[in-house]
Amino acid sequence: MNENFIQINGISKHFGNVKAVDDVSFSIKEGEFFSLLGPSGCGKTTLLRLLAGFEYPTNGNLLIDGSDITALPPDKRPTNMVFQNYAIFPHINVEQNIKFGLRKLGLTDDEIKKRVDDVLALVKLEGYEERFSGQLSGGQRQRVALARALVRQPKVLLLDEPLGALDKKLRDEMQLELRTLQKEIGITFVFVTHDQQEAISMSDRVAVMSEGKIQQLSAPNELYKNPENIFVSDFIGETNFLKASTKSKDGDQINVAIEDLGDFKVKNNLNIPENSSDVVCSVRPESMMISRDKSDWDICLEAKINQTSYLGEMTRFYVEVSGINKVITVSSQHFDNQSFENNTCFISISLEDISLLQKK
Amino acid sequence: MNEKNNSLLVYTLIYFGFLYIPVLFLPIFSFNDANYMSFPLAGFTTDHYEEMWSKRNLHKALWASVKVGVVASVVSTAIALLAAKAFVRYKFRGQNVSYGAIMMPFLIPEIILAVSILIIWINLGFPLGLVPVTIGHILFCTPFAMLILIARIEGFDFSLEEASRDLGENAWGTFYRVSLPLYLPGIIAALLLSFIISFDEFILAFFLSGSDATLPMYMWNQMRFVKKLPHVLALGAVIIVFTTFIVLLAFWLRNVGQGKEKKDIAIKL
Amino acid sequence: MFQAWRNLYSKSDNAKAYSLLSPALFLIILVMLIPMALMLSFSSFTQVSMMEIDFTPTFQRYIDFFEKSLLVSLLIKSVKISFIVTLITLLTAYPVCYYIAFYVKKNKMLWLVLLTLPFWTSYLLRVFSWKIILGTKGVFNSTLLGAGIISEPLTFLMYSEEAVIITLTHAWAAFALLPLYVSLEKIDFSYIEAARDLGLSKFEVFWKVTFPLSLPGVIGAILIIFIPTVGDYVTPALIGGTEGRMLSNMIQAYFGKINNIPLGAASATIMLTTVILITAIVSYTTKRLTQRLS
Repeated sequence: MNENFIQINGISKHFGNVKAVDDVSFSIKEGEFFSLLGPSGCGKTTLLRLLAGFEYPTNGNLLIDGSDITALPPDKRPTNMVFQNYAIFPHINVEQNIKFGLRKLGLTDDEIKKRVDDVLALVKLEGYEERFSGQLSGGQRQRVALARALVRQPKVLLLDEPLGALDKKLRDEMQLELRTLQKEIGITFVFVTHDQQEAISMSDRVAVMSEGKIQQLSAPNELYKNPENIFVSDFIGETNFLKASTKSKDGDQINVAIEDLGDFKVKNNLNIPENSSDVVCSVRPESMMISRDKSDWDICLEAKINQTSYLGEMTRFYVEVSGINKVITVSSQHFDNQSFENNTCFISISLEDISLLQKK
Repeated sequence: MNEKNNSLLVYTLIYFGFLYIPVLFLPIFSFNDANYMSFPLAGFTTDHYEEMWSKRNLHKALWASVKVGVVASVVSTAIALLAAKAFVRYKFRGQNVSYGAIMMPFLIPEIILAVSILIIWINLGFPLGLVPVTIGHILFCTPFAMLILIARIEGFDFSLEEASRDLGENAWGTFYRVSLPLYLPGIIAALLLSFIISFDEFILAFFLSGSDATLPMYMWNQMRFVKKLPHVLALGAVIIVFTTFIVLLAFWLRNVGQGKEKKDIAIKL
Repeated sequence: MFQAWRNLYSKSDNAKAYSLLSPALFLIILVMLIPMALMLSFSSFTQVSMMEIDFTPTFQRYIDFFEKSLLVSLLIKSVKISFIVTLITLLTAYPVCYYIAFYVKKNKMLWLVLLTLPFWTSYLLRVFSWKIILGTKGVFNSTLLGAGIISEPLTFLMYSEEAVIITLTHAWAAFALLPLYVSLEKIDFSYIEAARDLGLSKFEVFWKVTFPLSLPGVIGAILIIFIPTVGDYVTPALIGGTEGRMLSNMIQAYFGKINNIPLGAASATIMLTTVILITAIVSYTTKRLTQRLS
């Protein structure tokens, strides 16, 4: 497998004064399901459009499979795209849509027929050849868009939030199907989404983007467990931040003062220097507990709960700790389902899985 | 508002009567067997229509108008198509100023356009005739064609063009295989309506045509002679029927396919 | 090499838009702006004889214009007639558009076609049809005579200011209908329902909600009728006679049989300036008005 199948070298894209993509460099492996994840306006779609050739970079260059594609127009690139709204040509039917991109490939009629039949079987659209875009459901359009791109057998398939327009149930189904399909055909997928659950559940690796930069590039579980900065820790899942300052190092670990709760020893994956006050601890909801009685966890605080809001897997508490109002999110498993409101209770924190992060 | 308003309905019908009835007198009197246009009608005749076959000047004027109309509509639609795409597709600096500038010929009194073209044309030493009329008509038709095309292109999904580029077509292939078929009803509507505007246009032709009369100029010249009026009426009636037909065709074309898009949206929702 | 090519390709939206616009802008500059500039410069020349023009710059043509009471009165009359025509057209067309926008449910398309169709039919013929109606031996007179209501044809119908006003109102109505209808149709019906819900009477709803929201269409209609009618030539020439003559007829005469191109150019320039001034005033006051209403 080629580790550097797609190389993105120092790519910037400026629109006037706006730096949509700001000096980004990384590589994507051959056959990988790679996601670009981030809030709207973070530059992920621009990066995808730079790969497709709809935009040209202000700086930097792009290589696919060893050849420089930076200056190639979209029709000369070994990539194909599934558009956000699918962009199915409304004036021609499904079959003609799928054949659209085969004209210039110099295939014989038999080869064309075989490719079309194969791809229709792949996306399970047999029997829909004569339909027009207006006669298809959202899910079917998505399949046509996929088939139309895959039939050209691109080296890289670019997908721009292709599941965004589908309803929740269909989206879950399509996630699984896309993932299976990608494993089956082995083409490199570059998938853009703002939905962290989607990115995490489908991808081999995820690049989290914000303000035109890559905030973290790693396997999905790493993003949650070991976020590298405050943005990622906040963007992926729920978390609680505690103010902290570092003291002396102790091997892999470091001593930190957390809020005014005293000194604790925690892991220091990011190698944060000693005696720094610009530090926060990110505590995931499952490392927190609310209870009537005191616990023997690392930290246990007395608090008064003003209000609770149940969010399903998690519950949000509006609490008062030594006269200061705070909002904390706790895994719903970690409190016995009684009413805590206006009662005194205890907040417990386990320091085992917390992440120590540096403020910018 | 589900309630009815009958007094407004009656008023509206009267207003439409005011709009349409005066024009209907042309065809009515064109079949009247008299030189004066007065009631009671003198009797039915098709003489005034037959008379048109024998007028050589009329044929010449008709041919002149067709030539001018075809060239003016094709050129102005082409110019307007590019401009319409710029306005719909891009946000750019000076957008409002450019739009205002291109729409100006539609607003400025036509006589001022005619007079200024006349001055420059004579001073360049060129002879008056159909050429300056055509140039003037291109200027005058472009804003109309652009309005029609903008209405049609607005809401056009430009990712379709990107999809075509992505699927290996170059810019020309994309225009030919995607944009043109999708814009086509709008383009034809713009062509037909700019042809009609040019075909009916009088002021520019009046100042610039010299001795090469267009059809409106021919009518104008005939209108001064009472004896020739009935035959102008017949000609006018034919023109009105022809224009109405073309305009209805253009309206129909403009709406073709848009129904399908609406269905499209309905399915999406 | 690559870099240069890439820069060409990564042209900004500005560059792409202007390359698409260039033919249209070229047309406007070449066929409208430059000729109009030339017209402006001609207004500073002097016609010496039939064929000869003195190119020494002078303001004399403008002084000539304002010294000829005929021209000044024609300018005033043109503006006055246009003003009346605009006012009548707005008042009469507004209820029609209101009805179609808010009351018509079935066959709306048919009503719309009826609204727009006259817009496209020959202007010359629309004007001409009034000659048939108002003429001495026209429809109106012959009907009244036949019915015994009058014993002699009414000659004042034709060749008068009133005839010009009626004809222009009819001929330009189509131009008012479209912008008015579009702006009324755009109004979100929930605004009107909200106003009713808040206890406003039907009449108050109209003045406080519907009318202010339709103002863009009203302004559009005003400009689209007023500006071209100030410079209208056909109607006064066919219907107006000496009584209904307007400034355009004189401009035409200066370029035609009188052959005083500089004075014609000056008159046209004055007409254009008047139009621009009035447009500015209308836009400004309506902007103020909208601000106050909202």
